[in-house]
Amino acid sequence: MTTINNNEVLLRVEDLKMHFPIFRGVLQRQVGAVHAVDGISFDVHRGETLGLVGESGCGKSTTGRAILQLYKPTAGKVIFEDTNLITLKGEDMRNMRRKMQMIFQDPYASLNPRMTVGEIVGEPLVVHNIASGKEVQDRVAHLLDTVGLNPAFSTRYPHEFSGGQRQRVGVARALALQPSFIICDEPISALDVSIQAQVVNLLEELQEQFNLTYLFIAHDLSMVRHISKRVAVMYLGVAVELAGRDDLYIEPLHPYTQALLSAVPIPDPIADASRKRVILEGDVPSPVNPPSGCRFRTRCPIAEKLCAESRPEFREVKSGHFVACHLVK
Amino acid sequence: MSDVLLEIKGIETQFKTPDGYVHAVNGVSFDLKEGETLGVVGESGCGKSVTMLSALRLIPSPPGKTVAGEALFAGKDLLKMTNEEIRHVRGGQIAMVFQDPMTSLNPVLTIGKQIEEPLMLHLGMTKQQAQNRAAELLAMVGIPNAKDRLKDYPHQYSGGMRQRVMIAMALSCNPQILIADEPTTALDVTIQAQIMDLVKRLRDELGMAIIWITHDLGVVAGLAKRVLVMYGGFIIEESTVTDLFANPSHPYTIGLIGSLPRVDEKEHGRLYSIEGQPPVLYQKPLACPFAPRCKWAMEKCWKENPILESVSEGHRVACWVDVKTGRPR
Repeated sequence: MTTINNNEVLLRVEDLKMHFPIFRGVLQRQVGAVHAVDGISFDVHRGETLGLVGESGCGKSTTGRAILQLYKPTAGKVIFEDTNLITLKGEDMRNMRRKMQMIFQDPYASLNPRMTVGEIVGEPLVVHNIASGKEVQDRVAHLLDTVGLNPAFSTRYPHEFSGGQRQRVGVARALALQPSFIICDEPISALDVSIQAQVVNLLEELQEQFNLTYLFIAHDLSMVRHISKRVAVMYLGVAVELAGRDDLYIEPLHPYTQALLSAVPIPDPIADASRKRVILEGDVPSPVNPPSGCRFRTRCPIAEKLCAESRPEFREVKSGHFVACHLVK
Repeated sequence: MSDVLLEIKGIETQFKTPDGYVHAVNGVSFDLKEGETLGVVGESGCGKSVTMLSALRLIPSPPGKTVAGEALFAGKDLLKMTNEEIRHVRGGQIAMVFQDPMTSLNPVLTIGKQIEEPLMLHLGMTKQQAQNRAAELLAMVGIPNAKDRLKDYPHQYSGGMRQRVMIAMALSCNPQILIADEPTTALDVTIQAQIMDLVKRLRDELGMAIIWITHDLGVVAGLAKRVLVMYGGFIIEESTVTDLFANPSHPYTIGLIGSLPRVDEKEHGRLYSIEGQPPVLYQKPLACPFAPRCKWAMEKCWKENPILESVSEGHRVACWVDVKTGRPR
């Protein structure tokens, strides 16, 4: 890819926490909290794609939504272009939202079935008073063309489109306000394999064309390796490892990353048979009562006493390679 | 070669919809040998599940109807059996595991009760025998404290554990054939690895034949010996798993393999993408169903539907074009 690597930080997430309270009983007292995201820090550089991977329930989507302030984070900072989004309110936040958009997982649920595609793609322009009347139509036509849909489709309804085409509509809507940053929350996992490649190629082309920055949230590790420049791995609400794509995939340091990567099937029987597999025991613990110390210790093949006692720091062990594990030197 | 266990011949299944008949399966024939693991690959709507469901007469009718074909199991046609006979085969000699372990279990019955039911029904066990056997089965699929956990309800199990329960139920009557319909699609990769590991172990211990239906070529590469690739209700390629990945011969298979990023990929170019959408089959295709998306398509491809023809030992393909030379076969 031709993106210039100047490592300018576009978004900085500092110790972000998102706890959802649990209420019980007649008086609905708070009896606990789901620690969905429990202290995560990372930077996103301008023009790059940062992949965010992990299994279901690890908090990756919650992180994405908390960044965009779709949830009110419990603690931490989200600094976008030198502004802490958490302290922003009202009109200031609305103006910020233009620069940050989201593409959702389910192309069936994320488009209003009662609106035409033209209305869906044009709505952000109207809401933010950017265009009106004929200009909206022109912009919508241009956007649809950009994402590879026939502009004449703008009068059709979402149900008339296939999954891949709907996801293109979702991409067009995200592009309408000319954002600099887009969170792609599992944008392809609901699509068929041959359609996934179409959408990923589109996202890559748009990134080059508009110098977009992506936070690409996914559970498909192969696709994340393909599209990302750097990758962060989450487990039970915390980041366990963050590194450049090839560093992470060739030499994963955290035992969880190692197990996760070895579990991904490779579409090649010879390469697949020659791999060393780490099969994890059990399931991910509940985020209501996460394990003490290291979150992964209950399933970790190499856990020691220390791992139960203190929480490992997320530290840089090599240039640009962060890991949260006591046992990595 | 070993004996043929199940022989599917020319199955055709249609579904009546308000817009006309959908021709989901259009003449599918294949054999399953004793102890063999056969992978069936294809995208949604290609007919891979419907073929198997048709053979076991599990298609809801109406709207579905199997209009032609035979499914010979131990010399008898499953499609012509009485309801009593087929019920004996299903769950007894041929068992099925479905994609969604959340909806395949009855939420108001304990796990134990659900496992014991087929044992008492098919094998005529007493309540006590069935309970003991159920505990053994749960232990066999790797659920700790099996005996106590029989009293739990499905919601007390995680997704991976529920799928283990489904496998335990399927194996409870020592089937000769296990049909697994996307059993790991709803699971996380580390849990998928556990389940695949379990199935491989049980296959080696019990020696049953497996038909594994999936859209994930990676899963097939790790598990199957022979693979069928389906498209538009037809088998378009059939091969050993090693040969399929080494010498894919149908343009669709080539596209499918090319459109997958690999977790061990070294170059990060654009993905190969198959243009267009999979067909919706309101008519039985008379020409090649893949022709509209095929870059090799010739005049003949639009006129006649190719039949499966042998290209090398154990490798058959339905295509008029020799993709190596780009010329007609």
